[in-house]
Amino acid sequence: MDRTQLLLWLSIALFALGLTGVMVRRNALVMLMCMELMLNGVILSVVTFAERTATTSGAVLVFLVFVVAAAEIAIAIPIVLLLARQRRTLDVGAYSGLKG
Amino acid sequence: MSPENVLLYFFAAAALGGGVLMLLARHPMRVALALIVTMVSLAGIYAILGVHVIAVFQVLIYVGAVMVFMVYVIMLLDVRDPSFLERYGRAVVPSVAIAALLAVALGAAVSGGRAVTAAELAELHPGRAPASFAVQPFSAEFIEDYWLHFELTSVLLLAAVVAAIAVVKAGRRQDG
Repeated sequence: MDRTQLLLWLSIALFALGLTGVMVRRNALVMLMCMELMLNGVILSVVTFAERTATTSGAVLVFLVFVVAAAEIAIAIPIVLLLARQRRTLDVGAYSGLKG
Repeated sequence: MSPENVLLYFFAAAALGGGVLMLLARHPMRVALALIVTMVSLAGIYAILGVHVIAVFQVLIYVGAVMVFMVYVIMLLDVRDPSFLERYGRAVVPSVAIAALLAVALGAAVSGGRAVTAAELAELHPGRAPASFAVQPFSAEFIEDYWLHFELTSVLLLAAVVAAIAVVKAGRRQDG
């Protein structure tokens, strides 16, 4: 198989696995980690295309996405911890009141 | 098969295996360790591709910062949480079906594509050589062309720090 094709297939697989995880898992932290997996799959495809076309802007974009991901985690984890402190559980079923 | 390709297949298999384990593992700590395996394998893939800067960032930022943070939080949590014992919610079959359909649709698009030709690549960089991703030339080009973006990320990080402190403070006020 062509190398680009292999990496794109891998990125699709990682994204689909992460999406499944977000939908089926019950633990809020695990859902957060599955979102990271989806993000990693997308980054893999960006890096593959950046390498294939030899463009600096692609790699710079990946750097910016890394920064945003770090900021996202720095805010998401305190929110999850506050939720866990309030209801004493991380089971998303306990937060069904958030549906409105 | 060249040794480089063997390594590429090995890391791809490891990344995929880590992703599957994330779905199957019961305890969040094991999920986190599986995610770390996936991320380190992806860093290996980036290094094989020659995108060294991204490989280093992947290990430093993702494994070094994000996952260490995640592991600390998991250690803070109560292990008798019901979501630790019961892995899956109700809609397992439709969720897996939706993700599989998405994967098939994207995969059809990928396998229907064709490789970029050298002429098309040359058109992307009129009048300049294709970029190098080795650390030294990449860093020079990064700072010369994208210094504004680099500075803006520091503003974004500062905003994130302020927001994290605000979230924690709001939680304290509620408790006391």
